[in-house]
Amino acid sequence: MEQVIQLEKVNKWFDDFHVLKDIDLTVTKGQKIVVCGPSGSGKSTMIRCINRLEAHQKGHITVHGTELTNDLKNIDIIRKNVGMVFQQFNLFPHLSVLDNISLAPIWVKRMPKKDAEEIAMSYLEKVKIPEQAKKFPGQLSGGQQQRVAIARSLAMNPDIMLFDEPTSALDPEMIKEVLDVMIQLAEEGMTMLVVTHEMGFAKTVADQMIFMDEGRIIEQATPDEFFNNPKSDRTKLFLSQILNH
Amino acid sequence: MSVIIQSLSRNKFYNWVYKNLFSSWVNTIMTIIAVIFVYEIGTFFLNWAIFNADFRTNFQGELITDRTFCSKNISPGEYGACWAIIYARWDQFMYGLYPIEETWRVNITYALLPLAIIGILFDKLPYRKLFIYFTFLFPFIAYFMLYGGPGLSTVGTNKWGGLLVTLFLGVTGIGLAFPLSILLALGRRSKMPIIKSLCVVFIEFIRGVPLITLLFTANVMLPLFLPDGVNPDNLLRALVAVTLFQSAYMAEAIRGGLQAIPKGHIEAADALGLTYWQTTRKIILPQALKIAIPPIVNTCIGLFKDTSLVLIIGLFDLLGIGRAALADMTWTKLYYEVYVFISLVFFIFCFGMSRYSLYLEKKLKTDNS
Repeated sequence: MEQVIQLEKVNKWFDDFHVLKDIDLTVTKGQKIVVCGPSGSGKSTMIRCINRLEAHQKGHITVHGTELTNDLKNIDIIRKNVGMVFQQFNLFPHLSVLDNISLAPIWVKRMPKKDAEEIAMSYLEKVKIPEQAKKFPGQLSGGQQQRVAIARSLAMNPDIMLFDEPTSALDPEMIKEVLDVMIQLAEEGMTMLVVTHEMGFAKTVADQMIFMDEGRIIEQATPDEFFNNPKSDRTKLFLSQILNH
Repeated sequence: MSVIIQSLSRNKFYNWVYKNLFSSWVNTIMTIIAVIFVYEIGTFFLNWAIFNADFRTNFQGELITDRTFCSKNISPGEYGACWAIIYARWDQFMYGLYPIEETWRVNITYALLPLAIIGILFDKLPYRKLFIYFTFLFPFIAYFMLYGGPGLSTVGTNKWGGLLVTLFLGVTGIGLAFPLSILLALGRRSKMPIIKSLCVVFIEFIRGVPLITLLFTANVMLPLFLPDGVNPDNLLRALVAVTLFQSAYMAEAIRGGLQAIPKGHIEAADALGLTYWQTTRKIILPQALKIAIPPIVNTCIGLFKDTSLVLIIGLFDLLGIGRAALADMTWTKLYYEVYVFISLVFFIFCFGMSRYSLYLEKKLKTDNS
């Protein structure tokens, strides 16, 4: 299998705080990996390192054979191939939904405006809200906003998608509409790295589960093993808390 | 039916008056004192400024050609203002010593100025793009009209004065300071330590020094920095000082707007692969400037009034021209008339800006979607 993301002995500090400790991770093409763990365990930081929203201080991160260094050119190459969806959606409130999605194709890919808008519309259809194209983000519900954010990311045609707790800021009744889009994306073969506590989603979609705590990957296993037969006590405790609440 | 409505609305009026003006003894006394105060001041001022005032002729019907014809100087104590000085000096108040036969050029510039500004002020204006193009064209038109060029005789800036100098310094100073202040505000938040410290030092230095000091400095020191033989005229020196001064204050207003942009927007733009300048232009500035407009307008009001300080380096702005008029023996001692008139002109411009700022604040509150 083709390796698309590789993390080798990655370490990161926020000042004195050691957030990531010797992280090793390999993602192959088309793989869906769900990362879970208690807050402060470094799971968001880890995926934010993959598109250099955070810089790591030790170790190597390679995406599609390009290593992430301070070289801006490499960062640009990697960001073009890696899409990201945030917990807080981070839509641009002064732009319409359509402009939010077509912005990057126009400015980064230098696409003609008309083509970019066509692509934007096609992705809006994919996330099932084409009728909202002319509205502004503030006029949409949280679930709709997150779906626009997914469409915005997809419009750059990435082959890897990072999801940083995409449903954590949503009201319960809106979680499903976002997860449905993500499941559809997974079925189409997208390589996905998802930080989430939606264990139902994990069971449906994930090839691999990763459990992190205190900056380390404690356990990595298939969902079947992970949920039914976790090895570490820390994982067992976490699962019992998250599944029985 | 209409009687009922009338009595209802009258009741409403009485209720409002009772509730707000006479609800308690203290309130009643305050209301009475305030009414007396406003009445006394108001009637005094109106009598002085209008009803007992001379405009072009005195109470004997003679045309006023110098101060001895003013009614109040003929019959002291009975008459009010003598506005004839404003009529006599009108051209100077408006144009300074600009040649009379060329003042049509200034008038055209004055007339075009609102057209150049309106596109910036109102974002839902029809044909706004055309107005914005005109905004960028206007400085060249204004330069050609005011200073001269092919087909028009040159009028040196030493002849400019009055409202022309006040508006020139205010509008040009604000216009030039705007792009500079954006760069300063961005620089102050830059991750590059040298750029950041340069911007911080510049902004804090300018903000820590009175404008008068800057004007003196520009007047005396600017020629030292320039090669021999290049001797910028006084107005240009003042303009440099005013622009730097305004840019530092505006930069701080814009920085406030920049700080209000959530970090997540920048991260989202980064993740999409937008460059720093693309993110700045498309994501950060449109949002930040919108938030910063009210404080920016405040600094503009401050600057517009501060331009009157240039009289200290020998420029004749509106205030300078007024003082020159008072120094003229034919009109001397008509202080009140001159200063009231100058205040009125400044008030019109500053009040306009202030109302605009209020309008924007209301608008921002409603369309913050």
